[in-house]
Amino acid sequence: MTADLNETALKRARTWRNRIAHAFTLPGVGAFAALVLACIFFAVNSKQFLTGHNFSLILQQAMVIGVEAIGQTLIILTAGIDLSNGTVMALGSVMMTGLAVNSGVPPVLALLIGLLVTTGFGLLNGTLVTRIRLPPFIVTLGMLNITRALTLIYTLNIITGLPPLMTAAGNTFDIGTTSVTYGSVLMIILYLVMYFVLRETAWGRHVYAVGNNPEAVRLAGISKSRLLMSVYGLAGLFYGIAGLLLVARTGVGDPQAGLNDNLSSITAVVLGGTSLFGGRGNILGTLVGAIIISVFNNGLQLMGLQEIVQVLITGVLVILAVSVDQMSHRGQE
Amino acid sequence: MTGEHGVRPVLSATGLRKSYGHVVALDGVNFELYPDEILAVIGDNGAGKSTLIKILAGALRPDSGSIFVGEQEVDFHSPIDARRYGIETVYQDLALASELNIAENLFLGRELRKPGFLGSMLRVLDKSKMLRNATDYMQDLKIGIQSMDQKVRTLSGGQRQGVAVARSAAFATKVVIMDEPTAALGVKESGMVVDLIRQVKERGLPVVLISHSMPQVFELADRIHIQRLGRRVAVVRPGECSMSDAVAILTGAKEGNEPQPGEEKR
Repeated sequence: MTADLNETALKRARTWRNRIAHAFTLPGVGAFAALVLACIFFAVNSKQFLTGHNFSLILQQAMVIGVEAIGQTLIILTAGIDLSNGTVMALGSVMMTGLAVNSGVPPVLALLIGLLVTTGFGLLNGTLVTRIRLPPFIVTLGMLNITRALTLIYTLNIITGLPPLMTAAGNTFDIGTTSVTYGSVLMIILYLVMYFVLRETAWGRHVYAVGNNPEAVRLAGISKSRLLMSVYGLAGLFYGIAGLLLVARTGVGDPQAGLNDNLSSITAVVLGGTSLFGGRGNILGTLVGAIIISVFNNGLQLMGLQEIVQVLITGVLVILAVSVDQMSHRGQE
Repeated sequence: MTGEHGVRPVLSATGLRKSYGHVVALDGVNFELYPDEILAVIGDNGAGKSTLIKILAGALRPDSGSIFVGEQEVDFHSPIDARRYGIETVYQDLALASELNIAENLFLGRELRKPGFLGSMLRVLDKSKMLRNATDYMQDLKIGIQSMDQKVRTLSGGQRQGVAVARSAAFATKVVIMDEPTAALGVKESGMVVDLIRQVKERGLPVVLISHSMPQVFELADRIHIQRLGRRVAVVRPGECSMSDAVAILTGAKEGNEPQPGEEKR
């Protein structure tokens, strides 16, 4: 028996063809290839595309969806989904700006309250999923409406005149002649931290395991509820940070913000090669996915195409990316 | 409670009852597992063998009855409780996470952390130690898988079962329970797993084996616990009982050697 297994294992490990094939099955590879192709395409079609300034702009445009998509990735890895992230983010951003501007709360405190609110709604989603055992789709669909309504009950007006603390993440520093916003750097740092956490900690491995086989997690003595609560809570915190980045980028607190962000963040996750069935994916793929969306919007705009065409192309992209992912996965079974 | 040459059972139970609504799954079952043996549990569908095994593994709680680990009476609320007493179970549906690698699956829920601040505060895994230990466990059981950082998804059914068995054997200190370990496997892979079960026994761990395959049971088991209609109707030894007799007892065509309530003289 030993010999047989050895033989198969060797065959698996040693064929180069397999290795190359394996590389193509890594989650997010399709996304990365698409990103490179898109960049080449736009660079050929627009002189302004391939400039430091434009890339900085692309990152800046990606940062809000990008940070929301970190939370979305965590939830999708557990085989869940979050439809409420955009509106939770909007509520957080309106709360933090409104409290600071209209209620005279010290900015630091207002910011913390905003983050607490979004984390709280994440935990509330988590509670409903784990305690009442509702499907995440239903819970977050309900929460989408609830948080949207709460935001509009809180204020219908755009909040302006923000304290410097809240716009600080929108400030820039120079690399050579290119100015980069602190917010985009923060986004990249958050991705790298979560990449490490998901790969190198027990918690991270459990997030994958629970999406793969929840029963295995239970039988291994891991508390599924506590794990899911931590995932939804942490996702909520990321939505709060995304809210701060939105406020910093636009300079206002906008109660109408974030309505489409649930779908955009899911798009980023899916483009990045994470499986909607959970347990499979790579968070850096999500970063690539968020940047792809931003690159397409930016490039198509530079080419002078209407915004509606950008939406159309994003739709086509999602279907293409997932098809490629499915096919690579199937080829492997 | 002593039997068998005065040896105490490692794991035993008396009067286990469990019903689901009107359906009585276990109707006062006794159970003994002795050191260094493979005890097979056989029975038709609905005879209560799964329920019995789940109770012993801590996955279900009986309505009444007692379970003993050695001399100590125990009350398992979850599989974790059973594991604390050194009882590990290999489940039929494997309970592996396919996207994690072999080492991560072996250590799922009891990961090794790096020493010092990284491990205690940041909870960073000691992946290289996990890989090394995993290699040792697998070699101990002569499971020839080359690298422990392969995802379980890439393994064959037999190899996966090997991982599941290795996990149980590595952490069990008293008993390994295997629920239909070869049910989903082909002939050749079943053979590998049968070898593995022997390896586990040779390491000094008694095994409770649930199996539908009579030839396998008669090949492996030291004793056979026959379950019928929620009761243990007989305990036989493969040398002293033919396969067809065992089947006859199992189906009720022949009476077992266990006194049944009602027939029992008080």
